[in-house]
Amino acid sequence: MANEKGTSETRLMKGNEALAEAAFRAGMNAYFGYPITPQSEIMEYLAFEAPKHPDVVILQAESELAAINMVYGASGAGARSMISSSGLGISLMQECLSYMTCAQLPALIVNVQRGGPGLGTIQPSQGDYFQAVKGGGHGDYHLIVLAPASVQEMVDFVFDAFRLSEKYRNPAMILTDGAIGQMMEKVTLPAVGSLPKIETPWATTGKSHTRERNIITSLYIQAERMEKHNLILQAKYIQMQKEVRWEEIRTNDATIILVAFGLTSRICEKTVDLAREKGLKVGLLRPITLYPFPTSVIAKLAKSAEAFLTVEMNAGQMVEDVRLAVDGKRPVDFYGRMGGMIPSPEEILGQLEMIAEKLQAVPVLKE
Amino acid sequence: MEFVANIDGMELVYKKPQTLTDTPMHYCPGCGHGVVHKILMEVINEIGIQEETIGVAPVGCSVFAYDYMNIDMQEAAHGRATAVATGIRRVLPNKYIFSYQGDGDLAAIGTGETIHTVNRGENILMLFINNGIYGMTGGQMAPTSLIGMKTSTTPFGREASKMGNPIKITELIAQLPGAYFVTRHSVHNTAAVRKLKKAIEVSFKYQKEKKGTCFIEVVSNCPSNWKMTPVESNQWLEKNMFPFYPLGDIKVPKS
Repeated sequence: MANEKGTSETRLMKGNEALAEAAFRAGMNAYFGYPITPQSEIMEYLAFEAPKHPDVVILQAESELAAINMVYGASGAGARSMISSSGLGISLMQECLSYMTCAQLPALIVNVQRGGPGLGTIQPSQGDYFQAVKGGGHGDYHLIVLAPASVQEMVDFVFDAFRLSEKYRNPAMILTDGAIGQMMEKVTLPAVGSLPKIETPWATTGKSHTRERNIITSLYIQAERMEKHNLILQAKYIQMQKEVRWEEIRTNDATIILVAFGLTSRICEKTVDLAREKGLKVGLLRPITLYPFPTSVIAKLAKSAEAFLTVEMNAGQMVEDVRLAVDGKRPVDFYGRMGGMIPSPEEILGQLEMIAEKLQAVPVLKE
Repeated sequence: MEFVANIDGMELVYKKPQTLTDTPMHYCPGCGHGVVHKILMEVINEIGIQEETIGVAPVGCSVFAYDYMNIDMQEAAHGRATAVATGIRRVLPNKYIFSYQGDGDLAAIGTGETIHTVNRGENILMLFINNGIYGMTGGQMAPTSLIGMKTSTTPFGREASKMGNPIKITELIAQLPGAYFVTRHSVHNTAAVRKLKKAIEVSFKYQKEKKGTCFIEVVSNCPSNWKMTPVESNQWLEKNMFPFYPLGDIKVPKS
């Protein structure tokens, strides 16, 4: 309470609650949501802390559909806006996310993933990778996607996602999962007001006599205009590529590279240690931004490493992007668990040992 | 060749409000949308709130409303106009906000948003144009199409047993405590237009006083998709629509 303004502080917090507190500190103006496990703590925390932030709008909507369209309206009116949900709810939002990218509206979308498809399970998953990075709704578009691997990153990425979404006027997603949302870790919370408010001259705040009217729309009925608008959006996606972020662990001398994001990257970190103890030269590449994707980094690693193993909590989604980056130069294997199951470091080590055996049987020529 | 009217020495009795743009409207001849747009913008001009008003356009025939209204506007997804209006309302508590929706938008795909927006008593004006048909997509059955009404998806007439009954969404939302002022109007003659204009004026007054949701239904026509002349469509409106959707106030503030 004493630290509510001005200074950073360190606390032990649950991932979902830390993310919610970060949203207040990042100067969020409006949150709209609908309850769904495993992320309901986000809205609960915001609601409980709301009296300390009387200027922040926090509204429980009648559905995810309504909630995301409230975000559209609030963001269009220039407010720093946010929504959170899990797979099913995020599916319902896809139409509006497509609208928002086309209408060039910033917002933070949080997906605390659970196992699917269908009603699935409430256990953690990474099954929404395709939906998050390939667009998800209709038409040609992308969200900026950040994948935290710790409670600290649940906090930090709130600031990064708001900043990037406002810089590019495009929604940004934090793609996390039920385990990171529910786990407790020590976090450092940045000071309130450390993310400057941006100018929004395009926002619908009432047409002053000094400017033309502002219109938030995604409708360009003439094909020529729609193509032109698409080209503007595509140019923006090219610009976004420079925001790519990744982390490399012991890749310098690695023969086999593990590729994993979010929760699985943390498990793979342990696997790297286990493998090294056994004398296997294993490294880890962890994409931090899933869109933009560290394609060129993987392509470069494909020159030094002999094989890749992508580990995900799904049936094999990011592995397709890894294969595109490796471009057939090295074998890319996949290991995944689904439906809310989490792979252990030992299971992954078993996969690495099999790959290592294959590599010994068929030596790979260095380029 | 440009036509220039010589009005020197003549008395100016009517002027297009500056809240309407010069864009020619795309509406079919005789359609009520143009009239509703005009009087809505007249009111905004007359009470001097152009700089403080934000409108939300729907999907449907009035999807291009923002081309004609010289105010800040947002274009919503189909059915979501009042959710978008809620988002704007919550972050701009002192502005004037209206949504403008047709029957398919407000009473079919957007029913959930309609009911919950009114139930929250969002301090906005909801304008609802009911012509009993999907105009933009070419004359399909609307939730408010009358029994027996022939549309492109009910070519032999709407049957209650198969397609359900026309929904009186306005009476339905009037039951909710968030609804402050609920009224039904039309624009088929000048007297009706004047009454609607008064209802819009008073709704913005209530909005300024933060009274809650004001909801105005306009029972209107669709000459093109009803396959009638404008005059025939207005006669049909009086004979068939008004008995089922009677004009007048449905819920008025207790004085």
